[in-house]
Amino acid sequence: MKHIQTVSKKTLQSTVRTGGCGECASSCQSACKTSCTVANQPCKKTDAPS
Amino acid sequence: MIHKFKAAGHFFVLDVNSSSLHIVDELANDLLDFYPDGAGGVSELSAKYPEADLREAAGEIDALVSNGLLFSSDPFEGAEGSAFAEPVVKALCLHLAHDCNLRCRYCFAGTGGFGGGRSLMPAETGRAAVDFLLTNSGSRRNLEVDFFGGEPLMNFEAMKAIVAHARENEGRFGKKISFTVTTNGLLLDDEKTAYINEHTQNAVLSLDGRPAVNDAMRPAASGGGSYVLVAPKFQKLIERRAADYYARGTYTRENLDFTADILHLRDLGFRCISMEPVVLPPESPLSIRTEDLPAIYSEYDKLLDIMLLDDSFSFFHYNVDLTGGPCVYKRLSGCGAGSQYLAVVPNGDFYACHQLAGDPSYLCGNVKTGLTSRFETPSVNSRPKCRACFAKFFCGGGCPAAAITLNGGVSEPYEIGCALQKKRTECALALNALKAR
Repeated sequence: MKHIQTVSKKTLQSTVRTGGCGECASSCQSACKTSCTVANQPCKKTDAPS
Repeated sequence: MIHKFKAAGHFFVLDVNSSSLHIVDELANDLLDFYPDGAGGVSELSAKYPEADLREAAGEIDALVSNGLLFSSDPFEGAEGSAFAEPVVKALCLHLAHDCNLRCRYCFAGTGGFGGGRSLMPAETGRAAVDFLLTNSGSRRNLEVDFFGGEPLMNFEAMKAIVAHARENEGRFGKKISFTVTTNGLLLDDEKTAYINEHTQNAVLSLDGRPAVNDAMRPAASGGGSYVLVAPKFQKLIERRAADYYARGTYTRENLDFTADILHLRDLGFRCISMEPVVLPPESPLSIRTEDLPAIYSEYDKLLDIMLLDDSFSFFHYNVDLTGGPCVYKRLSGCGAGSQYLAVVPNGDFYACHQLAGDPSYLCGNVKTGLTSRFETPSVNSRPKCRACFAKFFCGGGCPAAAITLNGGVSEPYEIGCALQKKRTECALALNALKAR
């Protein structure tokens, strides 16, 4: 496209189907402790211990 | 719903409900003002742009709309976060010490005591908290425990005993506990540094940046600034650290030029940096106020420009995964305070959040009796202000404790926090988009 460059597509829609596994870290455990930023938590689905 | 914004000299469009992100030229940016129906856009703008170009851009917009990448519907309409997640506890914040060896001027913990007497958590209480977590986390495998305070290293022996107990028992429950320690660094020595580097998966190292800024806010309990006592210890710790860490500062209205503090931390060698706005009531001389926002926005823009050229460090609030990140339940319900996340104080009582420790309204049980009540934050789509906000799926509705402390409840988010979150979200999206292309 000449006028629009799409950087990322539909990431939220794809998680609706499963609802997610809930394995990602609690946001307050990382670095904030006084605010809430959920979108910077990485997906942990593949990190689940076997 | 779309959100248009300009950052680092570029025009961006976020499709809120799909989280699709686009970089657009000025023509497309102007034309989008006439959508979702698009009527009249080409003729209205034909004095400013060639009509052929306008029709071309309109075709591109129409194609994105058809593919659900612009003006997409809300897939979470009416959904509560709890509808997607098991009612389990997956993270505990253990207040190892309701005591502290610093006297930070902005402390929400009443300089460590949380409004009560100074006390340390017995190791037995911490072990019982771990047992509670292992048996109340349902099918969740990745669990978290944060050693917090006050200053948790004032109770180092209990910390070691709790970690040993967790490692001894997590396997038979099929769990893996990730440990974080949040420390002011004053008590770090070779033994504690080695232990933390070996046994914790994340270390949050509290330091506000430039020496004068840090020392004005973070004096030692015995008097005098803490920078010179702490900064070298943190540098030594990260030299030998393989696991995650954050150098974590707080800015107040006394250092609205906080980018200088972030760069100071970078220059000390820290590669993962967080700098949080202070959360205090408006009457506090340190609190962030509406009139401070333009200066703060300018600082976030300055930081964005620097980070576009400097890959040597990351900033916590500019970390965003454009292709993945957390899924729906977290984006709807936020941090999970009082349900998935609990604070445990030295006597074993559960509170909905570390910031609400000691407030009887948010007492949720005890390690011995278990959870007696759950505190559920309404989802972002249940709160009118959040529902209309472009950043709602990035912040999950913001910090409930800040809303409670400053608004008296969670039905409305904390307004200054929202303003800062929105600006940081724009900068985070811009940084990651420009680096990805």
